[in-house]
Amino acid sequence: MTATAPAPAPGPRTDERLLRTSPLRRLLSRPELGSVVGAVAVFVFFAVFADSFVRPASLSTVLYAASTIGIMAVPVALLMIGGEFDLSAGVMVTSSALISSMFSYQMTANVWVGVFVSLAVTLAIGVFNGVMLTRTDPPSFIITLGTFLMLTGMNLGFTKLISGTVSTKSIADMEGFSSARAVFASTVTIGGVDFKITILWWLVLVAVATWILLRTRAGNWIYAVGGGEEAARAVGVPVDRTKIGLYMGVALGAWISGQHLLFSFDVVQSGEGVGNELIYIIAAVIGGCLITGGYGSAIGAAVGALIFGMVSKGIVFAEWNPDWFTFFLGVMLLLATLLNHWVRKRAEAAK
Amino acid sequence: MTTENMNEETAARRPALVELDDVSKYYGNVRALEGVSLEVHAGHITCVLGDNGAGKSTLIKIIAGRHRHDGGALRIEGEETRLASPREALDRGIATVYQDLAVVPLMPVWRNFFLGSEPRKGFGPFKHLDVEHMRRTTHAELLRMGIDLRDVDQPIGTLSGGERQCVAIARAVHFGAKVLVLDEPTAALGVKQSGVVLKYVAAARDAGLGVVFITHNPHHAYLVGDRFVLLKRGTMSGSHTRDGITLDELTRQMAGGSELEDLRHELENRAG
Repeated sequence: MTATAPAPAPGPRTDERLLRTSPLRRLLSRPELGSVVGAVAVFVFFAVFADSFVRPASLSTVLYAASTIGIMAVPVALLMIGGEFDLSAGVMVTSSALISSMFSYQMTANVWVGVFVSLAVTLAIGVFNGVMLTRTDPPSFIITLGTFLMLTGMNLGFTKLISGTVSTKSIADMEGFSSARAVFASTVTIGGVDFKITILWWLVLVAVATWILLRTRAGNWIYAVGGGEEAARAVGVPVDRTKIGLYMGVALGAWISGQHLLFSFDVVQSGEGVGNELIYIIAAVIGGCLITGGYGSAIGAAVGALIFGMVSKGIVFAEWNPDWFTFFLGVMLLLATLLNHWVRKRAEAAK
Repeated sequence: MTTENMNEETAARRPALVELDDVSKYYGNVRALEGVSLEVHAGHITCVLGDNGAGKSTLIKIIAGRHRHDGGALRIEGEETRLASPREALDRGIATVYQDLAVVPLMPVWRNFFLGSEPRKGFGPFKHLDVEHMRRTTHAELLRMGIDLRDVDQPIGTLSGGERQCVAIARAVHFGAKVLVLDEPTAALGVKQSGVVLKYVAAARDAGLGVVFITHNPHHAYLVGDRFVLLKRGTMSGSHTRDGITLDELTRQMAGGSELEDLRHELENRAG
C-alpha cells in the first residue's frame, strides 16, 4: 500500500445507502435559495400593488438601485464568508470618490490620474484593515469601527481643509472626464430602455466572485478561514493572506462605487456613505450568508441587493410614503434569516 | 511478522524520521515541557501518554510547527531544525491530525480532503481547481482506507466523529506524509468508533508511516503502540518498549501509580 499510487477509478458503482437525492432537495441545500424565493415574492407583491412596477423603464431603475448596492454587497459577502466584517465599507466609497476628485483638481492632472491614485489609496485602506486584524487580536467589528470613524472624520476634515466647503469642486471640465464617465457612469440603451453601466460592473463582479469561490484555491481558503480558522491554519492555509485579500476585495468594490459616485454627480458630498455599510451586510445576510462565516454565496448577495432595489423603488412606484422603506427592510431581513435558518437545518438533517 | 522485522532493521540503520532530544519549552515562567526525548521510526507507532496538563499538547505543537522549542534539539531525518510554521512541518512530511479542529464542518468532504493542497489545472488567471479529480480521488482514497462514503459532497460536519478523524488520517496518507501525529484521536469517541479509528492508525503504520499517537487511554495505546513515552507535569516520567512493559503496569503508571494508592487510602478512610 503506497501513498502515491494512482487511485483506482471508482466506476459507476452505486451505494445502496445513498438514497437518491431529489433535485428539489439539492436545490434546497443551495445558500441562495431563500433569497431567490424572497426576490420572487417581493417582485410579485409589487407587480400586484404598483401598476408601473413591471414596465421596462421601472425595472431598469430597480436594477440600477440594486447594482449600486450589489457592487459592494458582493465583496462584503465574500468577506463575511471568510468570517469577518467591514464597517468602514460605506464611508470608504466616499473616501475613494473624494481622493479621486481632489487629487485631480489640486494637481490639475488628467482625471484618470486621480482615478488610479484613488485605487491605490483605497486598496491601501483595505490592506490596513486586513493587516490590523491579522496582526492584532481584537475582532474585526472593533477594528473596522475604528477605521470607519477615522475615515468619516478624514472625509470631512480634509475636504473642508482643501476646498473650504463640505463638497468637492466640479471636475467636469477636466481632461479625461468624459472617458472616465463613460467607464463608470454611462448609460447604455438596449431596445429603447436605458441601462446604467453599473449593472454591467455588478454582473461582472458577481461572475468573478462566484468563479473565485467555487473554482479556485482562494475560494476554498475563504470558506475554510470562515468555517474553521484553526483547522485551516493547521493544514497550511495562509489565513492572514486570505483575510487581507478579502479586505482588498471590499476596497476594490468601494473604488468602483466611489468612481461611479464621482462621475455621475461630478461633485462629492463628504458626509455621504455613513450607514451604507449596514445595507451591504443586510444584503449579504438576506442572500444567505451565515453571519458567523463559512457559508454563503456571491449570487445570494446579488439577489439580496436586488431585493433591496425592488423594495426601495417599489415603494415609490406604488406611491406609498418612502418612510416605510426601512420597515419593509426589517421584515425582509427577519424573514430571510428565518428561512435560511430553516433551509439549512433541513439540508443538514438530510444527509 | 517479517515486515515488522524488516522495519526494525531499517529503523536501526537509518536516522529516526523525527527525533526529540532533551527538548524544553517555556511559556514565560511556566515550564510546559522539560527534557523530553523520543524517536519516531517508519512503520512504528510511538505513543505519548499523559494526564491533562502533562505537556502533551505542547509536545504536539513543537512537532507540528505551531510552536518553537526553547531548549534541546529537534531532528528531522537526522538534520537538526526548528519548524517555523505548520506549512513547513507539512512540507517536511509531518502531518498532524487534531482531535477537535481536524476539519471545517460546513465544507464538503472533498473540499476538506484537499484543503491547503488543492490540485489545479489551467494557465495564468484561469488556473482553477481540478474538481472532478478532487472528488474522484477523495472517494477512492477513503475507500482504500476502508471508508465507503455515501456522498463526497455532503458537509463533513454531517459525518460522525470517528469518520472525520479517518478522513483526516486518509488525507495525511494521501499527501505522502512520513510522520503522522494524532492528537487524542479516540478521546471523544465511543468504544466501537475508537476501534475504527485504531484500525486506521494501524493501516497508516502498515503504509510505512511513523506515527505519534497521543492519548490518555493506556488501553488504546497498548493495542497499537510499539513504544510508550509517559509525560507527567511537563517532564518525561518513563519511556518503554512494548516488550518492556505490561498493560497493567502502563495503566498503573498512567493513572498516577502511588498517587492512586494514596487516593484510595484517603477515600477508604473517609468512608470509614
